[in-house]
Amino acid sequence: MIVRLMGEGQFRIDDACLARLDELDERATEALGREDEAELDARLDEMWAVVREQGEPLDDADLSPSDLIVPPSDLTLEETRALFSDQGLIPDL
Amino acid sequence: MAGLMGRATTVVKAKFSKLLDKAEDPNETLDYSYEQQLTLLQNVKRGVADVVTSKKRLQLQSSQLEQSLVKLETQARDALAAGREDLARAALERKTAAQTQLRGLDEQVQGLEAQQQKLVASERQLSAKIEAFRSQKEVIKANYSAAEAQVRIGEAATGIGEQMADTGLAIQRARDKTEEMQARAGAMDELIASGTLEDFTSDKTQLDRELEQISSQAQVDDELARLKGELGAGAERKEIEP
Repeated sequence: MIVRLMGEGQFRIDDACLARLDELDERATEALGREDEAELDARLDEMWAVVREQGEPLDDADLSPSDLIVPPSDLTLEETRALFSDQGLIPDL
Repeated sequence: MAGLMGRATTVVKAKFSKLLDKAEDPNETLDYSYEQQLTLLQNVKRGVADVVTSKKRLQLQSSQLEQSLVKLETQARDALAAGREDLARAALERKTAAQTQLRGLDEQVQGLEAQQQKLVASERQLSAKIEAFRSQKEVIKANYSAAEAQVRIGEAATGIGEQMADTGLAIQRARDKTEEMQARAGAMDELIASGTLEDFTSDKTQLDRELEQISSQAQVDDELARLKGELGAGAERKEIEP
């Protein structure tokens, strides 16, 4: 499975790592719902750490698409919301 | 409700699927996409240059403040030596304020440094992927019919589209950050110019002028004493001469 850390790059991860990510993702999503920025940032930081530690970085020239994309951990609540909105944080290509 | 990863994936994929929809003919899609990639690469290079310019401006303000700290310290010393504790106090108050400004500037410089590193990494990844895409594109165009090419190119285009969306976000965030910094640096310049905030970096402050006055008064006193001495000596000689 290939995961992209937004603004960092792509990594290949195994099932155990994916299970851990899913678990953290669920808690991060709840934190966003409660507008608990500290908890959201902490869980996202943990997701990034898990991928960096357990994943294997893909070569820069690899053109494989990612199965999953992890948002940046240094966004504000507002930016995170904008990232997921229709207008989006990502400019049109 | 989908998780954060699911939502981020959907958002990113929606961005580049729009890009691929723009052309019907696969060869056209390939060329169009390649052009877009090159444009984006130029944008990311420009983004890096903008961040560096912003950083230099803040570093310049920062070094001006550093110089003013040394100057204010000297002024405080001079003022105390001249028995003007009020002026010494004023100089030290300004020094404290300048130190606070300096800490803020240093933090901003660090923030820009982080943005710069991210953009440089993004530029490196995009550049490597564009090169890989370019060679695949030529192979596909040479060896496959239009229908086959459509299938073959899907994955490569998706892979690079995803990188493009990611790089686009990195550029956008760096741009927001530099604009914010420039506005702040500009506001500081404006405040200084309008006199609302003491200009720590101008050549001559009120403190300078008062200290100059003290030293020029001292010089006048010295000169006066010298002249008096000369006159006195002359008068004595006159008395002796006849």
